[in-house]
Amino acid sequence: MFEWKRFNCSSLINRSEIPVVSLDDLRDDITNKVRLEDKRVLAFFGVKREEDTILYIVLGDDTISRLFIASAIFTKDIISYRSFTPEVPSLHLFEREFYEETGILPAGHPWLKPVRYGKSHRAVTGEMENYPFYSMDGEEVHEVAVGPVHAGVIEPGHFRFMCHGENVYHLEIQLGYQHRGIEKILIDKTNSASGKKIFFPQIAEKIAGDSAVAHTSVYAGVMEVLTGTAVTQKVMIIRTICLELERAAVHIGDLSAIFNDVGFLMGSSTFAALRTLIINTTLQICGSRFGMGLICAGGVNFDIGSELASKILNNVNYVQNKIEKLIPLTMLDQPSVLTRLEGTGTIDSHTARLIGMVGPAARASGVPIDIRTDYPSGMYRQYPARKVVLEKGDVFSRSYIRYVEMMHSFNYIKEQLGIIQGVQGARASSEITNRLPADSLALSMTEGWRGEIVHIAVTDSQNKLIRYKIKDPSFNNWWGLALAVRNNGVSDFPLCNKSFNLSYCGHDL
Amino acid sequence: MINLIRTRIIQGKQYISDIRKAEVKPPFRGFPFIKNNCSGCGQCIEACPSGAIEISPAEIDLGKCTFCGECERRCLDNGIEFSVLHKISADSREKLKITKDLGFQEFRYRAIIARKEIKKLFGRSLKLRSVSAGGCNGCEMELNACSNVNFDMGRFGIEIVASPKHADGIIITGPITENMTRALYDSYLCTTPDRILILMGACAISGGVFQAGSELNRDFISEYKPDLYIPGCPVHPLTFINGIIDFLGKK
Repeated sequence: MFEWKRFNCSSLINRSEIPVVSLDDLRDDITNKVRLEDKRVLAFFGVKREEDTILYIVLGDDTISRLFIASAIFTKDIISYRSFTPEVPSLHLFEREFYEETGILPAGHPWLKPVRYGKSHRAVTGEMENYPFYSMDGEEVHEVAVGPVHAGVIEPGHFRFMCHGENVYHLEIQLGYQHRGIEKILIDKTNSASGKKIFFPQIAEKIAGDSAVAHTSVYAGVMEVLTGTAVTQKVMIIRTICLELERAAVHIGDLSAIFNDVGFLMGSSTFAALRTLIINTTLQICGSRFGMGLICAGGVNFDIGSELASKILNNVNYVQNKIEKLIPLTMLDQPSVLTRLEGTGTIDSHTARLIGMVGPAARASGVPIDIRTDYPSGMYRQYPARKVVLEKGDVFSRSYIRYVEMMHSFNYIKEQLGIIQGVQGARASSEITNRLPADSLALSMTEGWRGEIVHIAVTDSQNKLIRYKIKDPSFNNWWGLALAVRNNGVSDFPLCNKSFNLSYCGHDL
Repeated sequence: MINLIRTRIIQGKQYISDIRKAEVKPPFRGFPFIKNNCSGCGQCIEACPSGAIEISPAEIDLGKCTFCGECERRCLDNGIEFSVLHKISADSREKLKITKDLGFQEFRYRAIIARKEIKKLFGRSLKLRSVSAGGCNGCEMELNACSNVNFDMGRFGIEIVASPKHADGIIITGPITENMTRALYDSYLCTTPDRILILMGACAISGGVFQAGSELNRDFISEYKPDLYIPGCPVHPLTFINGIIDFLGKK
């Protein structure tokens, strides 16, 4: 067997240190590490080098906070390899993505459905409109097609339900409508920049607008590692406060949406109004309700002074008190709400682990993974976050975990506000002007409200960025949603969907 | 039942009583003022992530602007100043281009000329359908917020409906991806023949930070003339609601 290159989150790696191994060795070793040692796949992507393709694989060991990387080379005459997915099911989507982007066929993959139908990948994917969906035949069997334009104001995606009466046998999800090619735009912008400005937080903010702070802090993390830019403690505190505000705001908003989907409008309007207070607090910090414009290279654009800190504290206390009073009166006191939530859309912990689910959805199914505590960085190193794990994995668990997590977020924000006074240096002193290092790879990640966000940048020998890989938690979890609705009523789909609340553009990028 | 009444009491009054007069607090970035002291250093052009700025003559295109404030911070002459003024919608692309010394009153005076037939047809009830075509979920969530208990757009008879077949017009969010073009055409053509087209956010109006993207297809915008442009990134609910009210010629 071979030695993987061990590294930490947020460390710069020279690409020559990454072992290059044969595909068979790689497959055997990954299978062992995932099955027997409980490691997880964090990234699996290809990088073009002239006519060859280099495959990079990153595994994570949650118990010891270590990452492992290895690579394999496909020379141009290799057009196929034996798929890893039959041994390691959580790789299924990564391999589909790899196939779509490189055209190298993972032979024996159980379901090579295109992931995004990008214009530039038409040769592999074919036209989106001709995609052959699964279908079902028989008496009292029917199909329901929904989307890409939905009844609510949400992003586009297509859902095809195969039903027997009201019972869903299978849900096939078709995504790709949101594909904007954001990874390529980031690379092109960075490489064509005049050398003065190579940092584009305004693009990273739009990877998924509902996770703007999370994605942009990870992007900043990668660029800061690449250019060796130090970040002050105050910057870390402000970024963390805004990240936790984002988490709390979306969790409140999701409870509101879940109440809306069970027809409990009182609960829905109450929580929507409370979310407004939290996002308006973010606006008071940085001028945007979604935290856009907050993060700059090596810093933040807005300081939190003592006056603003006490405003934030007041708002957080106010909302926290209200939620503490309201959850027992609304969610937990209403039998008509509970009957819809409990036992609906269950994912057991074995399945969640097998398919590689992440974030609160995984934690609600008893899979204890949270980047904040497993790979702590920034403020989470000194001030550990609380990891919440529930067991049942139904819609109720995925809703209740949001309530518990937002309460921890409020406490965390209050703790950070307590230490922010007396810490100096928020605004970055200068733009990142350093050139990128040659032949390097940098990885950064954090726990967004939806789960783990991983960004990886790879540079070539000419100091150019050749790959910027973004993995949104939605990428891991969409398949979980498809499995959750099996053997549930069609009418429970909106509930299952909202309890996951996955990003379309984060998946389609 | 008692608990629901208690919930109602705890919630209290949430709605913004006067949407027309409501203000957004700093450091919100709305209408930008370009002052007359530009020395042409070009810092702003380099800073702008979406190419919204020109310096000879000085001009900021609100249709491209992401309101990140980078130009304001980098300008060596303090020549750009974003204000909290949020009523920045306009009925043509040209009017979104803010020039040197353009005052807010002057911008507002010509930004939206309310059309008589629009007021007559839709003044008391306007039903719209949203189509997200590559939107990052920022504008989508703000559009949802327009209908929540705080902003309560429904009080003006403006509502987002579930199907384009029930709608008087379409709101587009996002830079319009190739993969959404067909669904966008279908949705648009399903609405009533006197349809209205509204572009919401920098992405929809110009492509925003995605302008150079090879996965976009913006033919739709050149084919059909938009009636209303609502800038922002994402659009603030007050910008959206006030833009529509102005468009409908309401007081």
